[in-house]
Amino acid sequence: MIRRALGAVVPVGAALVAFLFGAIMIVALGANPIDGLVAMLDGAFGTRERLATTAVRATPLLLVGVGICVAFRAKVINIGGEGQIVIGALASTAVALAVPGTPKVLLLPMVIVAGMVGGGFWGAIPGALKAYASVNEILSTIMLNLVAVQVMNYLLRGPMIDPLEVEGSRIPQTERLTDNAALPTLLSGTRLHLGVVIGITAAVAAYVLLWRTPLGFRLRAVGHNPNAARASGISVERSIVTAMAISGSLSGLAGVVLVFGSESLRMVTDGSAAGFTSAAGFNGIVAALFGALHPLWTIPSAFLFGGLLTGANNLQRVLQIPSPLAVALNGIVVVFVVSSGRVRTWIEQRIRQPVDDRGASAPVAGGGG
Amino acid sequence: MQPQSSPAPAMSTVRVVRNLVVLLVALAFVAAACGSDDEEASNVATSECGTDSSFDEATEPVTDLSVAIVAPSASQDLAFTQSMVDAVAALGIEPQITDGTFQVEAAAEAIRGYADSGVDVVIAHGTQFGGSLAEIAPDFPETSFVWGTSSETQGLDNVFAYTPAADQGGYVMGTVAAAISESGTIGMVGPIDAGDAALYVDGFVAGAESAGANVNVSFTGSFGDVPLATEAATAHVGAGADVLTGTAQHVVGAINVASANDIPWFGTQANQESLAPELVVASQVYHWEVVLADIFDQVEAGTLGGEVYELTLENNGLVIEFNGCYELAEDVKNGALETIDGIIDGSISTGA
Amino acid sequence: MSDFFTLSVLVATFASGVRLATPYLLAGLGETVGQRSGVLNLGVDGVMLLSAFGAYWTSLETGSLLLGVGAGLLVGLVMGVVYGIITVIFQAEQGISGIGIYLFGLGFSDLLFEEMVGTPTPIKSLPKYSIPGLSRLPILGEALFEHNLMTYAAFLLVPLVALLLMKTTFGMNVRAVGENPEAADSLGVSVGLTRFAAIMVGNGMAGLAGAALTLGLGIFQPNLTQGLGFIAVALVYFGAWRARGVMLGALLYGIVAAVVLQLKARELIPLEASDLAAMAPAVLTIVALVVVAGRIEAPAALTNPFSRH
Repeated sequence: MIRRALGAVVPVGAALVAFLFGAIMIVALGANPIDGLVAMLDGAFGTRERLATTAVRATPLLLVGVGICVAFRAKVINIGGEGQIVIGALASTAVALAVPGTPKVLLLPMVIVAGMVGGGFWGAIPGALKAYASVNEILSTIMLNLVAVQVMNYLLRGPMIDPLEVEGSRIPQTERLTDNAALPTLLSGTRLHLGVVIGITAAVAAYVLLWRTPLGFRLRAVGHNPNAARASGISVERSIVTAMAISGSLSGLAGVVLVFGSESLRMVTDGSAAGFTSAAGFNGIVAALFGALHPLWTIPSAFLFGGLLTGANNLQRVLQIPSPLAVALNGIVVVFVVSSGRVRTWIEQRIRQPVDDRGASAPVAGGGG
Repeated sequence: MQPQSSPAPAMSTVRVVRNLVVLLVALAFVAAACGSDDEEASNVATSECGTDSSFDEATEPVTDLSVAIVAPSASQDLAFTQSMVDAVAALGIEPQITDGTFQVEAAAEAIRGYADSGVDVVIAHGTQFGGSLAEIAPDFPETSFVWGTSSETQGLDNVFAYTPAADQGGYVMGTVAAAISESGTIGMVGPIDAGDAALYVDGFVAGAESAGANVNVSFTGSFGDVPLATEAATAHVGAGADVLTGTAQHVVGAINVASANDIPWFGTQANQESLAPELVVASQVYHWEVVLADIFDQVEAGTLGGEVYELTLENNGLVIEFNGCYELAEDVKNGALETIDGIIDGSISTGA
Repeated sequence: MSDFFTLSVLVATFASGVRLATPYLLAGLGETVGQRSGVLNLGVDGVMLLSAFGAYWTSLETGSLLLGVGAGLLVGLVMGVVYGIITVIFQAEQGISGIGIYLFGLGFSDLLFEEMVGTPTPIKSLPKYSIPGLSRLPILGEALFEHNLMTYAAFLLVPLVALLLMKTTFGMNVRAVGENPEAADSLGVSVGLTRFAAIMVGNGMAGLAGAALTLGLGIFQPNLTQGLGFIAVALVYFGAWRARGVMLGALLYGIVAAVVLQLKARELIPLEASDLAAMAPAVLTIVALVVVAGRIEAPAALTNPFSRH
């Protein structure tokens, strides 16, 4: 019981300490930290509309995060989310551009599949390179993120550019995509759209996949002990490629949601990945680890980080606090929370030392490597 | 042995507090110096050498309207965002600013938030915000939205649009660059071949070629990669370029290459003299205030949108700001003035 | 193409590649030391941004490049203490805490720049220093021996880091705690202290990398690195945790980028294909590793926190 309570209290306490640092920085910037906190909470959760926006901003983090959970269970670190989001978005956008007249019931599933295939392909490449050519996935995913950005720049200012832009301002963006592919709004007057449901469904599906299917069993077996898995007849190579493909396809799905759930309903580049993804490929990793690498816990975790994004936006608007503060604060929260696992075991040891000495287990966020 | 906190953020905080003093002093200077141009509007300007021309004395605000800016890069990027922030300041207005939000969803939130909080005029300073504006503007019929760069208002009657004819200034500077180049080779460092950067490049190349020079254009593939822009400029110099120009935030690196090699530089979007006081020949500066003053008048009179404005040499929205510290031959400068006239009266086509 | 294949152009291209490679090399060497001890630091980019700002601001205020380099090193070391506390004392998961450090560095350096400087203001950049004698060498002279001191330092650190890792007691301890911390511990090596020291070395070098970047350019702006630190981490994997391998990776990456820029400056790459050309360094790095892939394993305890049971 104590253990379970500590599991919740310690990370929350760590987040509070992190916010204390945020408050000090806000004071240094000449604003009132209480006003700052109120502005953040109000911006993130203050109204029905804002809650909906927070959920929308959380969805790409959730999808990437769920993909991280799947890859991690097979002991693969996927830091290629940025590139996979971009390629997934490009693939789905290409479909919407190619067959805009298709009825919604058909087109929406088509763009979703295209995005998942695109992201899955971009994830399978480092998977295959790792499995069959011993290329470390950290190297290949970082490089493939860079490649994906240039693919995006090439396509959006060349083959996929809005024809109006060729003669006009030459903005590297597609035309406004057909409403037939737009993710329908679920709650009128808010931004809440189908993508949020897709994200939650994906999290549940990943849970079922990992713990209720033979494939999930194989992935976890490979992650747990590749040699034992191989000895029992599991193809380690194929499992690694599969894990990365699934992880990539979920990031690709995040790309679909970013394009077809946006108000602008088009894809546009500023020449960088983060300009399109808002760094969801990285923040999704944070959300997953905050959710203890469990697909279902990643749901509330992503929602909280979505709240940090929308709250920070309001903070800048209301108090004129520069936006980089929010990025820095995000980093501090991550560092404190991830460091808190050890504090938890210390407290546990202190409480239970005479009885049980097993307290020194893995940190709460899960051990790496 | 439980550490209460880790030292780095604490130390950083100390640093922040200490430096806040420095900052406040700096801000005080800026605030004191900030203001507007009370010279008569013109499409050509020449700074007085030895003075900081970027800040003029303050004036009374031209309007009581509350104004907010949502912009993609930093307010002081010496480029796209700064051009708008400076323009609003030039009208004596203190806007609320949300900067550094290229990502459309974040910008949309900010735009909606300002409208919701009762701001009269929301400037959405980025083409990519247009799609969101189409959703947001109808929800706030009492708010005026000003959006660019764009050549259409999307049929919304509370949206004004603006766009710069960046090729015009590019063309003028291309002719000047060709005139001062001895090797006949000019190096251009661009980000990606798109947007107003592409218009500037096209205009510049056309202008330089009309005057018999060749422009080597390299796009680095990034807006912010300073090392790459630096090496791109170095490569241009190696390939024989004796005049350099470029666009986007990463040109700060290329300008340093110009400085190191004593090579003249042409800037665009904002005045870049501060980066190389001796070598910036001229900058094409976006003076949005020409457009904004008119828009604010319209809003006060009850018209909240429906019109498209273009910054051109003709309406003095594009200003070729010559650097007084660079000794440009009189005949070359006069040639530039003639080119400007030619573009205005239509006898010269920039090809864009 | 004939324009390109002249000696002077090739030499200039190589020199340009060496300049581009410098920050990757410094950061990559530091990361190599850290990873050899079993600690992954994905936050290199954040450390570089903070130290670059520190170096830039110090030089801007004092006019001294030397103080700037010192400030960059100092910021790197401070971040080393932070990262050591996070990963050694608190035993936090390394991948995620690195991302936390990155986000903090990205945001905080931007914030400090906006509050303390505001507008990108040029500073004096590191001067080139021709090595007497050697710089007169045909071809090699210009390509290798006309650089700034940070570039020389980076390449000089290659054999030094190799020696440190392979020939010193400290290096043996680092490798031992990276391969098998339990065994090292049983032999009386302090796993925590060794890792902490390796982290300090790594972050200090990341600090130098940030200083080399900003002082080499003579300018700072928000997100100056544009993800450079992540590429440096990737190059450690490319180099198979060996100083020489990391150097080859950094040179490959830098020179390919330089070749692309030289070709563009001579209009040998059509504008339509400029984005495709820009991906060349990343693609070739992957291809090169596939082609020459040896089955070199990572340090066995990489990313594993250690606690005595």
